[in-house]
Amino acid sequence: MKSLIERVGTKYNLKEVVQQRDNLVFAYVDKELAIDMVTYMRDYEGYAHFTLMSCVDWIEDGYFQLLYLLNNPETKTEFGIKVAIDRENAVMQSAHHLWEQIWTYQRELKEAFGIDFPGSPRVDEDFVVEGWDEMPHMRRDFDTNKYAEETYFMREGRKTHDPATYMREKLYPNQPVTAKKNKDEQ
Amino acid sequence: MSNKFFQPDRSKYPSTKGDGTLDVDLSSHKYTKIWLGPNHPGVTGNMAVEMTLGGDEIVEAKTHVGYLHRGFEKLIERRLFVQGFPTSIRMCVAEPDTNEYLIARSTEELSGLTGQVPEMAEWLRTLALEMARLQGLLRGVPGQAGTYSLGIGVQWGVYLRDLILDRFEELTGARVYHMYIIPGGVRGLLPSGFKKRMEDNLTDIDDFIVRIRKLIFHNSVFKARAVGSAVIPKEWINKFGIVGTNARASGVKRDVRKDNPYLKYSELDFDPPTATDGDIYSRTWVRWQELVQTVDLIRQIMAKMPEKGDIKGDMPNVLHWKIPKGETYVKLESGRGEYGMYYVTDGSSKPRRVNLRGPSYTHAIAVLEKMLINTNIADVHATMVSLQTCPPEIER
Repeated sequence: MKSLIERVGTKYNLKEVVQQRDNLVFAYVDKELAIDMVTYMRDYEGYAHFTLMSCVDWIEDGYFQLLYLLNNPETKTEFGIKVAIDRENAVMQSAHHLWEQIWTYQRELKEAFGIDFPGSPRVDEDFVVEGWDEMPHMRRDFDTNKYAEETYFMREGRKTHDPATYMREKLYPNQPVTAKKNKDEQ
Repeated sequence: MSNKFFQPDRSKYPSTKGDGTLDVDLSSHKYTKIWLGPNHPGVTGNMAVEMTLGGDEIVEAKTHVGYLHRGFEKLIERRLFVQGFPTSIRMCVAEPDTNEYLIARSTEELSGLTGQVPEMAEWLRTLALEMARLQGLLRGVPGQAGTYSLGIGVQWGVYLRDLILDRFEELTGARVYHMYIIPGGVRGLLPSGFKKRMEDNLTDIDDFIVRIRKLIFHNSVFKARAVGSAVIPKEWINKFGIVGTNARASGVKRDVRKDNPYLKYSELDFDPPTATDGDIYSRTWVRWQELVQTVDLIRQIMAKMPEKGDIKGDMPNVLHWKIPKGETYVKLESGRGEYGMYYVTDGSSKPRRVNLRGPSYTHAIAVLEKMLINTNIADVHATMVSLQTCPPEIER
């Protein structure tokens, strides 16, 4: 993997290269070079199997992180090519011409994150949430709790427990709560 | 996509419009639109196929999913790491244990705890995953017979699967959703007498495996309809990202247990079966051989695993567990093929992103839609079962 990282790193000016395991690398590439690099990896470096296309919403930094995860069946290694896309202008070049299943991922990402892939087949068709007219549901700012409270009703008698508090009361019922609270509980 | 009884006639097909779509005029009464599903006709899961037919021949097919969408990935993002376990297992009904293992392995790796899992727990995890594979195959292989009206095979399979679920219940306290594999290890050792009872079940299964082979592969209807039907050419494997038995039945030997060994698989003696024709017959034959092999693997695991040992390594308090920022992709070989999980953490007490990659994401959409063209409507169900479609892992 080391020589591959050096070779491709120079060619595509990779950033934040992380070798997670012996057989798994993640790296950022510029948006304009991403599809070119994916094509190069497939055609010249043996990464012929497309494993996954995914997205992470880094809302606090204002970008979506797209991931193209490729697999080399010969070396049994995986290379994750990451691309940062502006949240306010979420458009990416389509890669549907490279592998037959990619249009499905792009269709899902359009629905779930609102990232457009102009020219990708059926990219505007509903995927899993038919008739959805809210904000794309996998974005971080889509509040699932609020949506559930507004859309559904709570069955009478149901309770919600904070796991830490519940376990403390179960295990140490007589002990007063003196321990410093976890930041997430506050 | 033809078999002995069905030879498609392309001259009856609609022409293509400029944008590549078919020029289908339903008002001409030459074509009919029919939906198969979303109520599933067997073991295909709740998904729908929208088919355009010319006579009884499919000229266009579109997969529709979403009937099982419960937003699991989003729910996991909003919960503590350990709370992701009971949610994740429902992403794959066929083999829920695969999700437990992937989440456990992801969180262990990103916490820097890889290697902390005791050897005994590694063996027990391997056993649980092979038991999951076995019960899945006991549903899937006879299920294929069921698509050709050989219903007795399904009944045998349900009975045999229940025997394995009995052992799961004994080992984990639950029949289908186990939550046995947890961060750092597993929840318990084998109960006293477990190996003896498992061996008794495997002996029963041995007997039925032979009967299942005769029922399916000695049956003239199955042979006539499955041979040459729904073929996956070898060149489709990379083109479509096909994995698991669907790839191996087309002559491409890919198995994560061999290619990137995890748990105790490198200590087990097995060679994944393959075939070359890539049709429904080949896929069923490969799966039947895997049924035999999985029984053997469970015997090997029980013979090689230690009698006692620690089952859980040192782990942080799971209620106050924070994982440093990082990301990984972990995978395993499920009964349907490579099953992976992309897991991202941001330093907080909850995962930033969890993305499951199930084999059906490709097999049940891009591959199925392509494969159904030219197929007779009577073979749709058999084609879906032969691809082992599983919609929950598509919709997550």
